[in-house]
Amino acid sequence: MSRTQNEDRHTAHKARLFRSLLVFAGLNLVVTLLGLWPALWWAMALGNFVLLVIMAEAAAPLVPGTRTHLYEQTLAVGFPVLLLLGWELLVAGGILSPDWFPPPTRIARALWELSTEQNPFTDTSLFGRPWLLPERVAADGAAGAAALAAESHLFATLMRVFLGFLIGTIPGLVLGVAMGLSRTIRTMIDATLSAFYVLPKIAIFPIMMLVFPNPFGEGPKIAVVAISAFFLVTINTMVGVRDIEPVLLEAGRNYGARGLRMFRHVVLPAALPVIFGGLRLALGTALIVIIAIEFVRSQTGVGFLTFYYWEILAPEKMYAGLVVVMMLGVGLTAGLTALERLVMPWRRDVKQKKGKR
Amino acid sequence: MSTDTVDSPHNGAASPNGAAPKIRAVAVGKTFPSSHGPVEALHNFSLDIYEGEFLSLVGPSGCGKSTFLRILAGLAEESSGQISIHREAKPSRPLSSMVFQEYAVFPWKTVAENVAFGLHMRGVSRSERSAIAADWIDRVGLRKFARHYPHQLSGGMRQRVGIARALANDPEILLMDEPLGALDAQTRTVLQEQLLELWQEGRKTVLYVTHSIEEAVLLGDRVVLMTAHPGTNKAEFDIPLDRPRSLKTTAEPEFARLSYAIWESLRDEVQRSIEEAE
Ligand SMILES: Nc1ncnc2c1ncn2[C@@H]1O[C@H](COP(=O)(O)OP(=O)(O)OP(=O)(O)O)[C@@H](O)[C@H]1O
Ligand SMILES: [Mg+2]
Repeated sequence: MSRTQNEDRHTAHKARLFRSLLVFAGLNLVVTLLGLWPALWWAMALGNFVLLVIMAEAAAPLVPGTRTHLYEQTLAVGFPVLLLLGWELLVAGGILSPDWFPPPTRIARALWELSTEQNPFTDTSLFGRPWLLPERVAADGAAGAAALAAESHLFATLMRVFLGFLIGTIPGLVLGVAMGLSRTIRTMIDATLSAFYVLPKIAIFPIMMLVFPNPFGEGPKIAVVAISAFFLVTINTMVGVRDIEPVLLEAGRNYGARGLRMFRHVVLPAALPVIFGGLRLALGTALIVIIAIEFVRSQTGVGFLTFYYWEILAPEKMYAGLVVVMMLGVGLTAGLTALERLVMPWRRDVKQKKGKR
Repeated sequence: MSTDTVDSPHNGAASPNGAAPKIRAVAVGKTFPSSHGPVEALHNFSLDIYEGEFLSLVGPSGCGKSTFLRILAGLAEESSGQISIHREAKPSRPLSSMVFQEYAVFPWKTVAENVAFGLHMRGVSRSERSAIAADWIDRVGLRKFARHYPHQLSGGMRQRVGIARALANDPEILLMDEPLGALDAQTRTVLQEQLLELWQEGRKTVLYVTHSIEEAVLLGDRVVLMTAHPGTNKAEFDIPLDRPRSLKTTAEPEFARLSYAIWESLRDEVQRSIEEAE
């Protein structure tokens, strides 16, 4: 009984998948033959997306349980690939202007050029041509390596984010813990902190340029990153420490934890999840701030690179810069996630459970 | 903390065998400040607990049982009254360890690290404390889970970690605040038997808070009843049931008789606390 029911359901799914495939192919064929793409391309994009969802939903029950993970990964990777393909075709068909939306293949080629060649006007390169490292080090030692790092836009941005993050985060953690533990400090500082918190941090860049002896040097840029990280980390750390379950603190005290030991074994681990939430936000903000600053006041950095190629009207290279910014964001976030897993081993499979839902 | 350390035998009421009480609380009161005036949690509450005694404390919700335990543990201060605790000469031994009403095991520590926590904080060497912890983990039946984190355990297992953490700390007094309160009836029954066995081996001084009259009678040498909020002494019952006890004890007529007598005495207070809550 139930077996035949299952078989019935199986054939029904197959039929549905077949029908939606037919509609998908037919629609695209008709629109192509009638030359309606230029007029209807956005409606077609939407329609094709809906049809794709229907097809994927029809296919899902046909996938054996053991392959579900693979199937979902195919969807996750396949969709962006389709997007890029669609973009490529829209440009090739003359529907999107290659001046504003250079096709992905040209952006990839531009990215390759930026990575392998040095710009003859600025004497810079995107990654600092790391394959030259062995011969430069052999020739000039550490100075050779430094020179390569200095010509790298990615290295410049990374250093600003990294140093700013470090300089802002450490005092943020200390102040946040102090505010979380002491009601007095919290009451005194909270209002001030909240006022600064809402201020867009980029707005203090001009002040920083006045404060530092060299307004065009690295100081003001790193300072703005540090300050934006500082507020986010401080506030999150304070909340994390303040909202620790009182019973956990009582348990710590009752079992003899005092002072530094209390901090190391109870307060810090209890607050870490919220603190990492703060670090995540701070990292995102740091990237926004540094790219914005590099747009306006810098001769190096990925932000500068992007803006520079906009100014000299090389859109595919501008897009290549954006791709690098994206990769930077993804890479730094992944690094933070790895750090999180390292320092909070007890939350590893908690995360996995959530992810599977 | 105003808890006194009394070295000479107290000259108040003597215990059944003539010794001074381990803990003597006299007319203890506790008032919490709050935005709509002070809240009196405990009022004129007195209690003697003797060395090696298992004392069950029963009272309606909100009558101040947890508050009293916190005061004994030094986590809160009494507003009035006196508490004297007869300390042992050995200073390395902790005075009291608490099993908390809420799951208060540390989520960031493994079962083994949780159980060894008190020893760790007292500076016991790593090898010694892990040996002691392993022994207690064995005794509460969690050997396979020593390296697990609390979130990987069931509620009953988590509370056993809390109990092992307290016992491994080897305190002079064990304070247990509804340790089995959150568990289902079957798990609870199993753990009651385990507790009886564990206590039989060590015969520690225990102050045990519970909402279950049967549990109080099964485990305790004495059951002390409190009135509804603000808590004060209501009545006291000796439990002359034979030791060692087990689940079989609950089948004795004397057990049923005592449980009913206690319920008779408590009923009005529970009624009152329900009416106040409405
Ligand atoms: N920190 C506090 N601040 C203000 N009021 C408190 C505080 N702790 C407890 N109380 C109040 O004191 C009273 C007694 O609380 P307590 O937790 O001791 O009761 P309990 O007997 O343990 O109750 P339950 O059986 O529900 O656990 C309650 O009315 C409670 O609201
Ligand atoms: Mg309580």
